[in-house]
Amino acid sequence: MSTAFDHPEYNYKVVRQFAIMTVVWGIVGMAAGVLIAAQLAWPALNFDTPWLSFGRLRPLHTNAVIFAFGGCALFATSYYIVQRTCRTRLFSDTLASFTFWGWNVVIVAAAITLPLGMTSAKEYAELEWPIDILVTLVWVSYVVNFLGTVAKRKESHIYVANWFFAAFMIMIAILYVGNNLEIPVSLTKSYSIWPGTIDAMIQWWWGHNAVGFFLTAGFLGIMYYFVPKQAGRPVYSYRLSIVHFWALISIYVWAGGHHLHYSALPDWAQTAGMVMSLILLAPSWGGMINGMMTLSGAWHKLRNDPILRFLVVSLSFYGMSTFEGPMMSIKTVNALSHDTDWTIGHVHSGALGWVAMVSIGAMYHLIPVMFGRKAGDMYSQALINVHFWLATIGTVVYIAAMWVNGIMQGLMWRAVNADGTLTYSFVDSVAASHMGYAARVLGGALFLLGMLFMAYNVYMTVRSANQAAAAGTLAPQA
Amino acid sequence: MRGLGSVFALAAMLSVFWWAYGSSRKQRFDKDAEIPFLEDDESPVTRGDKDRSN
Repeated sequence: MSTAFDHPEYNYKVVRQFAIMTVVWGIVGMAAGVLIAAQLAWPALNFDTPWLSFGRLRPLHTNAVIFAFGGCALFATSYYIVQRTCRTRLFSDTLASFTFWGWNVVIVAAAITLPLGMTSAKEYAELEWPIDILVTLVWVSYVVNFLGTVAKRKESHIYVANWFFAAFMIMIAILYVGNNLEIPVSLTKSYSIWPGTIDAMIQWWWGHNAVGFFLTAGFLGIMYYFVPKQAGRPVYSYRLSIVHFWALISIYVWAGGHHLHYSALPDWAQTAGMVMSLILLAPSWGGMINGMMTLSGAWHKLRNDPILRFLVVSLSFYGMSTFEGPMMSIKTVNALSHDTDWTIGHVHSGALGWVAMVSIGAMYHLIPVMFGRKAGDMYSQALINVHFWLATIGTVVYIAAMWVNGIMQGLMWRAVNADGTLTYSFVDSVAASHMGYAARVLGGALFLLGMLFMAYNVYMTVRSANQAAAAGTLAPQA
Repeated sequence: MRGLGSVFALAAMLSVFWWAYGSSRKQRFDKDAEIPFLEDDESPVTRGDKDRSN
């Protein structure tokens, strides 16, 4: 890649690297998702091979989409936003480079070890201890680099997006280390230091905050910068954003108990998790409304700006899934939804609808800037629009299939005959889920297809920027 | 002690509201909201009215 696009003041190189890898890992992670979805619909696709089996590829999919795709998007956007809103270069180029290469080594290590069956068997924390140590080193470098940049800022106020990013990275550092405290027995196997129910509680303290801080606070940082930028107007209420920040980060950490309803966890802790999850609706919707209302008076821009559409529809999915989440945390609702596909549908309305779509919108905004073009000036706006519709329809098909399957499974599992025996065996519910599983493959494939259009669009944008740079017609950056 | 914790949490939350919505700070927060636009090496893009190379 040519140095023609380097910014005189900012470190755009690391942003550019992470932005490109966001697209690459997005395709890899989502392709893995489509494969394992197809395995559930057509089990022959496990090929009777242990390292191609669902049980091993499923953590590969979750790690790839959350930490590889989502992680790269967060690194790219946070490095971009913190420099531009603090009006200063990153604290350290060396640390920035280390986070890029270190993070990608982690991803490759995950892609090798997980199919081989090396796992600490904790959800969203499957990586074994040597990789955990590398993750921690990269993460601490990231935190130091980010906060170091904030410390040497030339703008007196710390813009709200940076508050969300800082909370996200500090909390993830604490939670990740806490949940991954383990005793190694060999290079590839370790056991958690936490016993029994405490281990479960620690796991979901981490697990729910991987959602709350990694997949929410971080992406709200993206939202608070890119929605105003793309809409061309400041955020609806900066004061609401302050209340939103403190309310969200102080409540999210308490909600994890709702993953352990009707388990060995003490009943009061389950109820506390449920109540905190219900309260969480308020800050979640406060933030969603703040993002949406930023378009107030500019709604017409949605008509011909597909990037803005990505950002705004991501907020609608965010609003929808943060209503659904508190509802599912209610114990009586959870009694129906727990362990069913409804949970998977809920996760994906957040992951595809909110996290992926807000990231995609942000990437379409910043990738052109990384290559000397105007913000949002991709090779083809028409292809962004095609991507938008594939992503939206794909998400809706996916979550609708999982709602139908989930509620059906919940009802079948609890159905009893007059004499008290179960009406259906478990296998009956699996057979009944087949159509839903096939529909999910379709939804996921549509979403993946959209990502392929994105890859082509990015490739063509980079290519024409390189041609412009070679011909010397590149507009100099201010 | 537990009761005190709740009182403290409520007081903390109310102070955040007071801080955010105090009228003496309205102007500075309106100015802070403009921060993303201070660094305008590319103007907010309104699609359709800009020159396109393709």
